[in-house]
Amino acid sequence: MEEKKPKFKPNPKLPRQALPVLNAEVRATSASEVALGFTPEQVGIEAQRCLQCAKPTCVDACPLHIDIKRFIIRMVENDFQGAHDVISEQSPFPGVCGRVCQHELFCEDACIVAKKWEPVAIGSLERFAADHARMRMRELTAEEPAHPAGKKVALVGSGPASLIAAYDLARKNYRVTVFEALHRLGGVMIYGIPNFRLPREILKEEIARLRHLGVEFVTDFIVGKTATVEDLFEEGFEAVFIGTGAGLPYMMGIPGENLIGVYTANEFLTRINLMEAFEPEADTPVLVGERTIVVGGGNSAMDAARWGKRFGSETVVLYRRGREELKARLEEIEHAEEEGIVFHFLAAPVALHGDERGFVQEVECIRMELGEPDESGRRSPVPVPGSEFRIKAQTVVAAIGQAPNPTLQKATPQLRTKRGKIVIDEWGATSMAGVFAGGDVVRGGSTVILAMKDGRAAAAAIDRALNPQAEVAAEEVTQ
Amino acid sequence: MTRILAKRQLAPEIFLLEVEAPRIQKRWKPGMFIIIRPTDQSERIPLTIVDSSAARQSITMVIQAIGKTTREAVELPVDGALADLVGPLGEAATMTTGKKVVCMAGGVGVAELLPVARAFHDAGNHVTALCGARSDNYRILEEELKAGVDRLEWATDDGTHGFHGNVVQLLKSIAGPGEFEEGHVIGPIPMMKAAAEATRDWGLKLHASLNPVMIDGTGMCGGCRVTVGGEVKFACVDGPEFDAHLVDFDELTRRNRAYREWEAKALERHACRIGLDVK
Ligand SMILES: Cc1cc2nc3c(=O)[nH]c(=O)nc-3n(C[C@H](O)[C@H](O)[C@H](O)COP(=O)(O)OP(=O)(O)OC[C@H]3O[C@@H](n4cnc5c(N)ncnc54)[C@H](O)[C@@H]3O)c2cc1C
Ligand SMILES: Cc1cc2nc3c(=O)[nH]c(=O)nc-3n(C[C@H](O)[C@H](O)[C@H](O)COP(=O)(O)OP(=O)(O)OC[C@H]3O[C@@H](n4cnc5c(N)ncnc54)[C@H](O)[C@@H]3O)c2cc1C
Ligand code: SF4
Ligand code: SF4
Ligand code: FES
Repeated sequence: MEEKKPKFKPNPKLPRQALPVLNAEVRATSASEVALGFTPEQVGIEAQRCLQCAKPTCVDACPLHIDIKRFIIRMVENDFQGAHDVISEQSPFPGVCGRVCQHELFCEDACIVAKKWEPVAIGSLERFAADHARMRMRELTAEEPAHPAGKKVALVGSGPASLIAAYDLARKNYRVTVFEALHRLGGVMIYGIPNFRLPREILKEEIARLRHLGVEFVTDFIVGKTATVEDLFEEGFEAVFIGTGAGLPYMMGIPGENLIGVYTANEFLTRINLMEAFEPEADTPVLVGERTIVVGGGNSAMDAARWGKRFGSETVVLYRRGREELKARLEEIEHAEEEGIVFHFLAAPVALHGDERGFVQEVECIRMELGEPDESGRRSPVPVPGSEFRIKAQTVVAAIGQAPNPTLQKATPQLRTKRGKIVIDEWGATSMAGVFAGGDVVRGGSTVILAMKDGRAAAAAIDRALNPQAEVAAEEVTQ
Repeated sequence: MTRILAKRQLAPEIFLLEVEAPRIQKRWKPGMFIIIRPTDQSERIPLTIVDSSAARQSITMVIQAIGKTTREAVELPVDGALADLVGPLGEAATMTTGKKVVCMAGGVGVAELLPVARAFHDAGNHVTALCGARSDNYRILEEELKAGVDRLEWATDDGTHGFHGNVVQLLKSIAGPGEFEEGHVIGPIPMMKAAAEATRDWGLKLHASLNPVMIDGTGMCGGCRVTVGGEVKFACVDGPEFDAHLVDFDELTRRNRAYREWEAKALERHACRIGLDVK
């Protein structure tokens, strides 16, 4: 496509715009979204920082290959709707990705401007385009949905991996059905990631775009329980994608972990996010005491800690390594610090102590030292003998990682797995004919954007498997 | 949405609900359960599958209305709908064949026992069912049980029907070590615990179907965890049935009390809204 030469002079030396956020004290007591999004003035400055590179490395680095360069130039021209259209060529989820994508590891990490200055704030620009387009998207999705008439494809799980696959397949006229075990759609994005990072309306509206394309959603349906993978084929589905995620929480394996007030991050977050325990009238309760201790250093740990704070609890994150080793998104770590969450680095729990009614009262910890680097190059923590100490806490959240959801695998023994993870080839195909997989169930816990990358690859593979003529035809055209 | 086909009151507070569930009807096995949300504001609560009908494409559950969510469920009208129903969940009850089997239940557990007792019988075992109720008018599903097992005995707390006392006392009054080879128990935790204690040296393999607090029921939250033989298990996927002689019932008792105050408040709010007396 012929691109107009930009009429503006790029100026990467302008300061990278900071994302405005709600005051830390206000947000520590409310469920409102923390990041407020750029102002139009900021968008003007930030978009101008883009060099419009001849070889935009950012586009290659984005796992969805969003045409970042082209959407930014639209924003320079104040054509926010146009920017949104450019993004939509690759992704229907700019509102989600602009908020939760670890862009510091992808597009922004590859931005040329970062060689001398700070990278262009691509994530925040993407978010602005999404928020600007919301009104129009609502109008669009209120119209009559499309009725695809092609072959039937089943997608299992409604996390990001399945959702992007649904988008790609529906646009190719496949009849797509998404089967979700829970009563709400979105996977971790609905039960794990809090409202204050990803407002529910944004997720709902972006999922509504899929409905508008004719994608069908079936909730309360567990593949492996409600029906088997084989049943789906018998019912006329010609390919199945498994995007069931990594939802099985690891336990700490220490004495006292079944005391009342001790939660896995999944349970704590599910009670609050999925079941809305933060609402005063909610039926599903959650126990948050005067002090909450969160064990772990990933996204789940940050989210649990920040919810704890919002329930008025004094919140401490206990992490066995140091600050540099925290695995959560940088922005979330900084926001957690601003909100007054206390970090105890190089410490781990060894036992939990409770009262006679079985409620947790104290966490017994031990100090750690970083030892020699292991095979992965990470220095592993080693306990310091005799350094035990105790902290009082009425709520303890274990956010120490998850393994793949086992239900489908258990009911489908012919599916090859390795330590619970579904094994796939380079195209996303599993050991079972017609069955593809991707996202956390394959990776064992990663990120929204990598799950989407897998979902997209699998959708392409499904298309090649179900519609080989189209590929031949396409090749002939390009030859 | 899941349509309610029939509703019947079996005893004070105890209702039978038949709902349309063609897929679950086809795939469930005795011992499995479902999770429902009566309304789209409700909690998720687990309920045992009691029966099913291929002709009506339905499953049946029996609900004791003890708190807010169970009340919401039994207040729904016939031809109304449950907002959500998912299943079948959990593993099927352990079966055996050619053995002398005792099945014990109390309260609403009697309904949950029915499919398991029947399955034992149909698998070629000699089944004795010992069922407990508060009083004569709390006895449920008598006809179905009679037709499904070899011997049925009742115990009532006030002696208004059958044995005067509880199910475990009844068990001790009719049997001793060596009498039964296999057993299943379901009901209130104190009763399951007492049954496990009573039979510890009987050479009886006793399976208990546990009822911890659950949320997702798919193994994702760990809220339903129980300790069995010193190991942590997730009752919704590893159970709900476990070796009764290895279950830490005291821990289960404590964990199930965790939200007592909150639940009382939720029920009060609900009662106010619909103009009911909480008592
Ligand atoms: C608390 C938390 C915060 C996070 N924050 C971030 C973040 O800020 N940025 C980021 O990039 N990543 C983040 N992550 C990681 C990211 O959310 C995951 O990597 C991503 O969601 C994985 O997507 P998925 O599609 O593979 O599966 P999931 O999102 O896990 O979705 C899987 C879905 O499948 C359903 N399911 C499971 N089994 C079955 C079955 N048998 N039948 C039907 N349905 C089934 C599940 O109920 C679930 O809804 C976070 C993770 C957590 C836990
Ligand atoms: C696998 C399984 C199968 C079950 N099958 C049935 C069934 O077939 N029929 C039936 O009536 N009930 C069954 N239950 C119990 C049922 O799920 C609870 O009664 C229900 O969750 C209570 O919800 P509520 O909001 O009405 O009451 P709540 O307000 O939540 O609780 C009211 C009172 O009941 C106690 N309670 C809460 N949860 C449980 C529980 N899981 N078990 C025992 N007591 C509890 C509370 O401590 C409180 O005192 C089953 C539970 C499990 C785990
Ligand atoms: S999806 Fe992620 S990597 Fe791609 S442009 Fe958006 S923020 Fe960057
Ligand atoms: S790499 Fe950076 S400067 Fe170059 S086009 Fe992409 S965003 Fe613009
Ligand atoms: S109910 Fe959540 S793991 Fe069992």
